[in-house]
Amino acid sequence: MSTLANPMPDAGPIVLEKAELKSWKAPIALGIFALIALILFVGFGRDGSSTFRFAESTDVVQLPSLTLPTRATGIVIAILLVLLTLVGAALAQTRRTVQIWFVAIFALLFMVGLLTWASAGHTVPFTGLLIGAVSLSVPLIFGAMGGVISERVGVVNVAIEGQLLAGAFVSAMVGSMTRSPWAGIVAAMVAGVLVAFVLAAFSIKYFVDQVIVGVVLNVLVSGLTSFLYSQLLTAHPAELNAPPRFSPVDIPVLSEIPIIGPVLFRQTVIVYLMYIAVAAVYFGLFHTRWGLRLRSVGEHPQAADTVGINVTGTRFWNVSLAGAIVGAGGAYFTLGSVGSFSQDMTAGAGFIALAAVIFGRWDPIRATLAALLFGFATNLQNVLGIIGSPVPSEFLLMLPYLVTIFAVAGLVGVVRGPAASGKPYIKS
Amino acid sequence: MTDIQNSPSPASAAPTPPEHEVEPPSRWNAALQEMLSGNIIISVLAVLLALVVGALLIALTDPATQKAAGYFFSRPGDTFAAGWDAASGAYWSLFQGAIYNFGRPYFSDGIKPFADTLTFATPLIAAGLGVGLAFRVGLFNIGGRGQMLIAAACAGWVGWSFHLPYGLHLILAVLAGIVGGAIWGGIVGLLKARTGAHEVIVTIMLNYVAFYLVAYMLRTPGLLQAPGTVNPKSPGILPTAVFPQFLGPQYSVHLGFLVVIAATFLVWWILSRSNLGFKFKAVGLNPNAARVAGINVKNMYVYAMLISGGLVGLAGVAQVLGTVTTGFSSGIDAGIGFDAITVALLGRSKPWGIFVAGILFGALKAGGFAMQAAQGIPIDIVLVVQSLIVLFIAAPPLIRVIFRLPAPGSAHRRSAPVVAKEVAAK
Repeated sequence: MSTLANPMPDAGPIVLEKAELKSWKAPIALGIFALIALILFVGFGRDGSSTFRFAESTDVVQLPSLTLPTRATGIVIAILLVLLTLVGAALAQTRRTVQIWFVAIFALLFMVGLLTWASAGHTVPFTGLLIGAVSLSVPLIFGAMGGVISERVGVVNVAIEGQLLAGAFVSAMVGSMTRSPWAGIVAAMVAGVLVAFVLAAFSIKYFVDQVIVGVVLNVLVSGLTSFLYSQLLTAHPAELNAPPRFSPVDIPVLSEIPIIGPVLFRQTVIVYLMYIAVAAVYFGLFHTRWGLRLRSVGEHPQAADTVGINVTGTRFWNVSLAGAIVGAGGAYFTLGSVGSFSQDMTAGAGFIALAAVIFGRWDPIRATLAALLFGFATNLQNVLGIIGSPVPSEFLLMLPYLVTIFAVAGLVGVVRGPAASGKPYIKS
Repeated sequence: MTDIQNSPSPASAAPTPPEHEVEPPSRWNAALQEMLSGNIIISVLAVLLALVVGALLIALTDPATQKAAGYFFSRPGDTFAAGWDAASGAYWSLFQGAIYNFGRPYFSDGIKPFADTLTFATPLIAAGLGVGLAFRVGLFNIGGRGQMLIAAACAGWVGWSFHLPYGLHLILAVLAGIVGGAIWGGIVGLLKARTGAHEVIVTIMLNYVAFYLVAYMLRTPGLLQAPGTVNPKSPGILPTAVFPQFLGPQYSVHLGFLVVIAATFLVWWILSRSNLGFKFKAVGLNPNAARVAGINVKNMYVYAMLISGGLVGLAGVAQVLGTVTTGFSSGIDAGIGFDAITVALLGRSKPWGIFVAGILFGALKAGGFAMQAAQGIPIDIVLVVQSLIVLFIAAPPLIRVIFRLPAPGSAHRRSAPVVAKEVAAK
């Protein structure tokens, strides 16, 4: 009897212990941020007042600017953050999970506190901050959408960076030759598809490790575009590297809404395409037959094959579709923001998009939010650099990456991607 | 008899034995078959194919070729001649810049480019070993850049701030760099083991963190910035901490290369002779099975990332104490962290394979700079060739189709595909 009883208590505590460990990570992560807030806002509290400007002079609806006393606001927010951390700890104590809205409120408070603290004696153009954030997020969101589709169908897409770069290069060249940004964006999508074809062919037909193909494709595209740029584009900059840019289009009525209007509805066509892409990917993945098949192929290809879905074909065409979406994001670099191609101009955006996919747990909406977070943090540094912040700019630049590490380690934890992602399907 | 046992059904196995009797493969024939279908010939052909594609690119983008293509239909020979001139000129200068320069009168001068190749190969091999070791444990270390930067900062700081005797100073500086890289990599392993954070995200993020951290330190007086300047650059390394050029001052290859040979041997020993390496490989093959077998998978992740980071750190050390000894800026990693991934892939994550792959890529790099200087062809073509080599090597069936090689075991080892099928069916 006693020998039989032994395994039981052994099995019990292991499960419990695991559950307890998991739930403590969130309060610890929150605690670290609350501590940072205490040190910065209270310990190194600054005097003066911080002003947030919500409206530009051209807006129809003029919202008043908000002026906060820096030190008092900092202390209040730090106390609130500590209280929230304690609530989180209490939740963990009673083995309840910390909900996402809870973290969102915490993050929002922290950001307000940081902005107030950093902008003592200055005015923060709040709308401009958000406009820049959206602008920096556009290629990331396109990349993340491509990544979500590709991984959901079972092919890890590390080649997002390469697809963005190929899109940027080809859109600059074709846009300059045809003098049409529309031709440029179509060419960018084709370029993304071509890179995706190689990824698909090698990973699906030849069963090469998908991460390997992705990494190698990034190097290949980087080398190819840099080579052609040095050989061709620098020799004929006017004919090959001066594409016409999309100009911003105001959406009537919507663009007059305070804050949201200028941020979301006074953008270029590529940004509107992005809204459509996000909505379409979300709706398509979870509410259509196409999405169901796609996800089934990514989760359990053998089962999908058994019910008559063509696994290889589904993977091939959806990876290509993902390439087209990412390629369009690459066009934003040349046709939307900068206006000409330069070597390695994507500067790691594809890897950030990949991080957004994993951070967003392979969900299009969450991945979009993660990409927006990266864009916001990057632009925050730009804005604070202009108004002059007390923190060295390098540390502000680090912030989005540190936040991601804390978030991934403390809040997301063990993420479970599509079950068959990264595994070739060998039909037997 | 074995044929019948391995076959899925007696019906398909029945006709095979007579075929064997009809053509008994000679020993030489078998060896030839083995070679044609084996890895070495695939690797050689992949390199050749990649070079051919590179040559086509060079020829197509060459201004003289384009000019000649303008009157292609009246004199097509001119176009091909110009293209051939461009490509052959480029590869000839690449060879002369990487292996042996025939323009110099003495062998001792002519072989200098090969010393450059070894110098370029040194950090590539070290970082490739780190990435490859992580691959074997099932981890993808894209954090080479961050690990190299931190290692370079640590090694550099020891290298110029202390006044120590020859030997001891160098050893301390090397160790400081390796420890720095190991810590930066170990963070990833620790986070992965304790919280389950995905190592790809964490390594990418730590790359940026390290870059900005080192950039900040390089422009802040009192940390890494050279005293008396305003440039974001460190002071030069003291001569006591520099890797000596062991073949004499005329050859650029430095002691770091010998350290890297030792590191290759060490990794080989760890992976194929040690208890730890056995556990590493078990975790890499199947973490669940390893856990069931009593291996502490989480600890293996931490140890693997520590060693991997240390090896990549050695690449940073080689850069700072060997290649760029006059002080470094935040671009000291020179993309080696990412090149290392291709080196590890080409070497199939095996220590000596990585060693050879590192020397090959070092040669391409050394030759690429010579080609850029002599023929004005951008060095980026080397990246194209490198990535094509890895891509082709990763897909042996593609190479076999292009060169019409026999598939492995197609001629006389009929049982091989059947076995593979059975394995796949499980």
